[in-house]
Amino acid sequence: MGRREPSRGGASAPAQLTADQQRKREVKMMADSDSADVALIGNTDLTSSESENNIVNTMVEKGTALLRKIEINVPEAEKRTGKNTVNMQETYTAYLIETRPAESLPEGSVPATPDSLWRRYSEFELLRMYLLVTYPYIIIPPLPEKRAEFVWHKLSADNLDPDFVERRRVGLENFLLRVASHPVLSTDKIFYRFLTEEKKWKDEVLETGFQDKADSRLKSLSAMYRVKNPDKKFTALKLYSDELSAAISQLLRVRARVADRLYGVYKVHGNYGRVFSEWSAIEKEMGDGLQSAGHHMDTYAASIDDILEEEEHYADQLKEYLFYTDAVRSVCRKHELIQYELETAAQDLVSKKQQKEELTTGTVRIFSLKGMTSKIFGQESQEQRESRLAALEQSIQEGEEALKEKNKECQEFLQTAWEDIERFKEQKDRDLRDALINYAIMQITMCKKGIQVWSNAKECFNKM
Amino acid sequence: MSAGAPRGLASSGQKPIGEILHPLCLPSVYQLFVGLCGHTGLTLCPSQEAVLTNGTPVETSSPASASSLFNRLQLDDDLEADGRDPYASTEAHDLFVTVDDPKKHVSTMETYITYRVSTKTTRIEFDLPEYCVRRRYQDFDWLRIKLEDSQPTHLIPPLPEKFVMKGVVDRFSEDFVETRMKALDKFLKRVADHPVLSFNPHLNAFLSAKDLNKRQGLALLTKVGESVKHVAGGYKLKVRPAEFCAMGEYLDTFSQKLGTIDRIAQRILFLQSEYLTEVREYSSVYSSWAGSEEELQRPLEGVSCTVSKSCQALEDLSENMGQDFLPVLREYVLYVESMKNVLRKRDQSQAEYEGRLEAAVLRRQEDKSPVEKCQDRVECFNADLKADWERWQSNKRQDFKQLLTGVADKNIHYFETCQAAWESFITVLQDKQTEDRTGETN
Repeated sequence: MGRREPSRGGASAPAQLTADQQRKREVKMMADSDSADVALIGNTDLTSSESENNIVNTMVEKGTALLRKIEINVPEAEKRTGKNTVNMQETYTAYLIETRPAESLPEGSVPATPDSLWRRYSEFELLRMYLLVTYPYIIIPPLPEKRAEFVWHKLSADNLDPDFVERRRVGLENFLLRVASHPVLSTDKIFYRFLTEEKKWKDEVLETGFQDKADSRLKSLSAMYRVKNPDKKFTALKLYSDELSAAISQLLRVRARVADRLYGVYKVHGNYGRVFSEWSAIEKEMGDGLQSAGHHMDTYAASIDDILEEEEHYADQLKEYLFYTDAVRSVCRKHELIQYELETAAQDLVSKKQQKEELTTGTVRIFSLKGMTSKIFGQESQEQRESRLAALEQSIQEGEEALKEKNKECQEFLQTAWEDIERFKEQKDRDLRDALINYAIMQITMCKKGIQVWSNAKECFNKM
Repeated sequence: MSAGAPRGLASSGQKPIGEILHPLCLPSVYQLFVGLCGHTGLTLCPSQEAVLTNGTPVETSSPASASSLFNRLQLDDDLEADGRDPYASTEAHDLFVTVDDPKKHVSTMETYITYRVSTKTTRIEFDLPEYCVRRRYQDFDWLRIKLEDSQPTHLIPPLPEKFVMKGVVDRFSEDFVETRMKALDKFLKRVADHPVLSFNPHLNAFLSAKDLNKRQGLALLTKVGESVKHVAGGYKLKVRPAEFCAMGEYLDTFSQKLGTIDRIAQRILFLQSEYLTEVREYSSVYSSWAGSEEELQRPLEGVSCTVSKSCQALEDLSENMGQDFLPVLREYVLYVESMKNVLRKRDQSQAEYEGRLEAAVLRRQEDKSPVEKCQDRVECFNADLKADWERWQSNKRQDFKQLLTGVADKNIHYFETCQAAWESFITVLQDKQTEDRTGETN
């Protein structure tokens, strides 16, 4: 991929930006320039400052193509109201994408200001759909959920809920970073345009005609086809992704219930706060101790909000892999389709060869309409036979070509897909392992909070 | 069968005694305070001789009959000492009692539990320095009734309820017996630590008699008599002194708060048990996921294992709360009831005094003695009640301090256990990682 310089300074702030947001953006830019300076010193590890900024903590593979050249951020989201295609009023959320060259600059030159543009969730969806069709052999990173799922009751399922929008913002940024760090996807032109062309991008992506391809593919996908010789590796992978999907969704369901109950346990402790305070009013020596212990119980009850909010982040990490299983299955399905096409081509060829054999030997092995016609109307003339044989010969040759092609395609698919699958497996093991460790750290933090609060309360009780 | 006769049977025969009304209880109260005989409660009931099977004649120069003034002075001293060091119980302990070792008895008639009651004492009222007897709940009940009867001006500590939680609980289950044993122990210790109650001959009999030959029916009758007595008073209190009003108000609010705390604690226990159910499933989901992974198998199993360790810790916490926290709350709810009861009796005696005084003035009676007796009684009541109140307040303060500190400690312990489990999980994972790395480089 040739080095593409993002158009500098060209992207002025969208008209909707308020002065305040403009200021915020400038602050953000300053901060980014600072971190870029740091990154310049340690030139070898350009992505480090970037991944530090990234709250998601997902392990983005370092040193890959696009991320080496630009930094990507989704720093904010904004609620907007506009007219949709049927001229109906609608409210949606737009996300700001900032990109900034990250390569080393000549001494003394000012670091480039980031280019920025706004995208809606549906545009992310379009991008992903495009990637999915264009790179059938690649496990395309999933988008954050469209609607909040597996949440415990306290969280709103409203798509415009600030917490939900914030979690989605983080998820979308994570998606872009995943694509940008992918060895193949990061070199895609349309992806690059997504980051840099606000207006023209949509037309460009539609011009690729991926939708036609998608449609035909989807049709064949929906048809029930049976592959005679499925690839064992893919069968196993499909089985595994089913298991993973079942495990994670089960885990998320139970976790939501666990969070619910834990929330209840903590909140009921808050009632101690009230009753201790009321009780303290009728006590002399005990009063003060009770009163302040009550405050600690209030603190205890309130602490669960932060704890569960943080835990929601862990759930999001798991959810990403739940959605990844769909991407894996999609690769498996595409392999099945190719395999099916190969098998059909092979079968086609076999039947053609059989026809040729029949024609040359004159034997009818199986009952066929042709056999019937020849019996009823008499044998064809030699000439006719010759020409038919020639046509068949031609068709067999074509069939063989097609088979060869299909074989090659299948082989190639197998190879490229498996490469990506191996990459994905490594990424998954690393990410989930880190997620589990982070979860453990979260639990430890929660325990420490608990110890702190109860120690404070104990001190108060001791004073009684 | 020593104390085996079922109460229902024994009582049914003796129910229709008519004169429960006045003589059984009221005179005993007079005489006690007049100081004629500290033991009037016994002498008035013909059955009482049977009570003390060790044959000690009811020789009662014990401090139980000492003037309430003396008691008050003594208590004031205690309170001062309490102020200096709230931890030290300052009364000269010369009577130590313990209730332990529950045993189940099965006979053809009934199944019941007895508890070992061990006593160590230097008091001369006891023939021996040590006793060890077995008593059942009914015996404790008998003791309490006798105490209430013979010492009506004093606050008698509560017994655990006959049936906790409306009979939901199996009476012979280990938990129930254990909890009841602790409550009985607490009851007896409170009585033994009391400067007046501890000298009550019924307690002596209860602690030392080989066979507690009590008359079940009479025990019940005195209880009935008590309630009848209240109704029979017939006098209405005009104005309750402010200090006792304050006590009443305090008790109302306090018992209400106790009720709330009890409900909160039970709610927490309930939610924790629901939480536990979910967390157990949570743990097993991790371990079943581990089954389909290679690299992630260890971390996932680690999480599963750590989660179930915290489950265990939470189970311990809940159990502790259920066995240590709730019973104390309940004891205090009952304590408040006892206290209110004494307060009522005091009010009644004041009402009686006021009534008689009024009558005497109206009739211009020369003989003032019945009125004076009444006045003495009211004063005794007031003094004893105030002393017991102070005592109770100080006990309560210490009990709740200990109780709540204990709750905090248990919660801290729970979180520490969980924290340690998660920390060791991380350590194990990191060790594994470095192990793998060195394995690769080798």
